[in-house]
Amino acid sequence: MKLTLQIWRQNGPQDKGKIENYQVDATEEMSFLEMLDVLNQQLIEEKKDPVAFDHDCREGICGACSMVINGRPHGPQKATTTCQLHMRHFKDGDTIVIEPFRANAFPVVKDLVVDRSAFDRIIQSGGYISVNTGQAPDGNDIPIEKGISATAFDAAACIGCGACVAACPNASAMLFTSAKVSHLALLPQGAVEGERRAQSMVAQMDKEGFGFCSNTGACEIECPKEISISNIARLNRQYLKSSIASSEINE
Amino acid sequence: MNWFLRFFTSSIGRKLIMSLTGLFLIVFLVIHLIGNLQLLNDDNGLSFNTYAYFMTTNGLIKTVSYGLYLFILLHAFQGILIAKVNKSSRKNRYVSNQGQVANWESRNMAILGILIFAFLLMHMGDFWLKMKMGQLDMVKYDGYDHPVKDLYGRVSIAFNQLWIVAIYVIGQIALYLHLKHGFASAFQTLGWNHPKYTPLIKSVGLVYAILIPLGFALIPLYIYFVK
Ligand code: HEM
Ligand code: SF4
Ligand code: FES
Repeated sequence: MKLTLQIWRQNGPQDKGKIENYQVDATEEMSFLEMLDVLNQQLIEEKKDPVAFDHDCREGICGACSMVINGRPHGPQKATTTCQLHMRHFKDGDTIVIEPFRANAFPVVKDLVVDRSAFDRIIQSGGYISVNTGQAPDGNDIPIEKGISATAFDAAACIGCGACVAACPNASAMLFTSAKVSHLALLPQGAVEGERRAQSMVAQMDKEGFGFCSNTGACEIECPKEISISNIARLNRQYLKSSIASSEINE
Repeated sequence: MNWFLRFFTSSIGRKLIMSLTGLFLIVFLVIHLIGNLQLLNDDNGLSFNTYAYFMTTNGLIKTVSYGLYLFILLHAFQGILIAKVNKSSRKNRYVSNQGQVANWESRNMAILGILIFAFLLMHMGDFWLKMKMGQLDMVKYDGYDHPVKDLYGRVSIAFNQLWIVAIYVIGQIALYLHLKHGFASAFQTLGWNHPKYTPLIKSVGLVYAILIPLGFALIPLYIYFVK
């Protein structure tokens, strides 16, 4: 299949950047990233600068492969990362617009690569348990109701890809932050620090320059791991409770 | 920082203000509509004018109304400030805009809010201000010992002008869209998301968002076309 690619090229954070056109010959069984590999091989042979894009696992679990395809983070396919998106979902002769995730908190490094270390700093501010909770058998020793463990697991499926921020009209990081707060808060080992965690992670999230949540729901539609916005409600609950009902006055 | 300041300057704390003031306005609109439906009675304004007299003289209602003015302003200013933060969180826009998956109204709450606010200014200038500043004729009904201001007459004059009727209908369309998203959104902001009750909240919200603006729009339409 012959495709026209309109790709955002930006040579570093200060560069203004612009869309450039490319032609590429792909096959249906290629993944989207393999199709970009073919393009890059072509560019290297022509002694041109290959398109920079992030990728690592290529099996849908690391969250690296950030890009917006025809206006949709990770492309049009539901619950699918870019690396798991296959060219059979496109047609011969299609024009595909590819650009980076866009948010002030995710500055472009080069072309399609953005700096998502704002997420790392949100995790560093509280997305952990402060004591050693042991190995898997120790965790399995604690009886946990099935519904709760399943909800915690669903939240823990977040791969930190940032598609929620990219999709949000406000570039809000509430879905990511709420998933990280939720999967810890729901389990006994994490619940102990739940209130302080909600406080510090929201404070860091606000500091990074993400927008506020308008409950548009765009994030849960685009999330490759189908994280639900019920997690955002849980974060709201935790944050409201820890602000209003906790006995800490100054901190 | 003191917890209070910290909370009400945080993103979630500021959204809590939007949610609570929004819900207050939602309750107010029900009462406001029930009262205003008296305009449809064919009694030469008796029921509406006595209702208006009660609302402007009762001490408790007057106190609550100051809260209402404050909450509308708080909701409007906070809403516009939040919208500014949200707009500026993505300085570089997407090239392709074919990927908007969220509802139009959920993305344009501030534009809808500004339309509602503009409508409110006109609405209050027309009736509230005239009621307060007392440029209205007085009427005396049988069985009442004192005359009351004829707000009914003023409303009838206004709603016999097509352009005013049109503005009222447009205002209610904006309100419908604002509430279509806002009603359920306010509960999500409060953290009220539950597999059993969220679908109910969404349905009630949709019914509310249709019925209340429809009720308000019917009043000028009825007076213009039927009375
Ligand atoms: C009677 C009139 C109004 C009612 C009943 C109302 C109700 C609501 C409700 C229930 C919400 C949802 C809150 C949440 O998401 O938690 C909301 C949001 C909002 N309202 Fe209003 N509102 C009214 C008038 C206004 C006005 C006059 C403005 C601005 C000039 C405004 C601006 C906004 C904005 C910007 C939001 C979205 C906040 C966000 O997305 O974070 N509203 N409104
Ligand atoms: S919530 Fe979904 S979209 Fe957001 S970072 Fe996690 S996996 Fe990605
Ligand atoms: S490369 Fe790891 S999720 Fe796509």
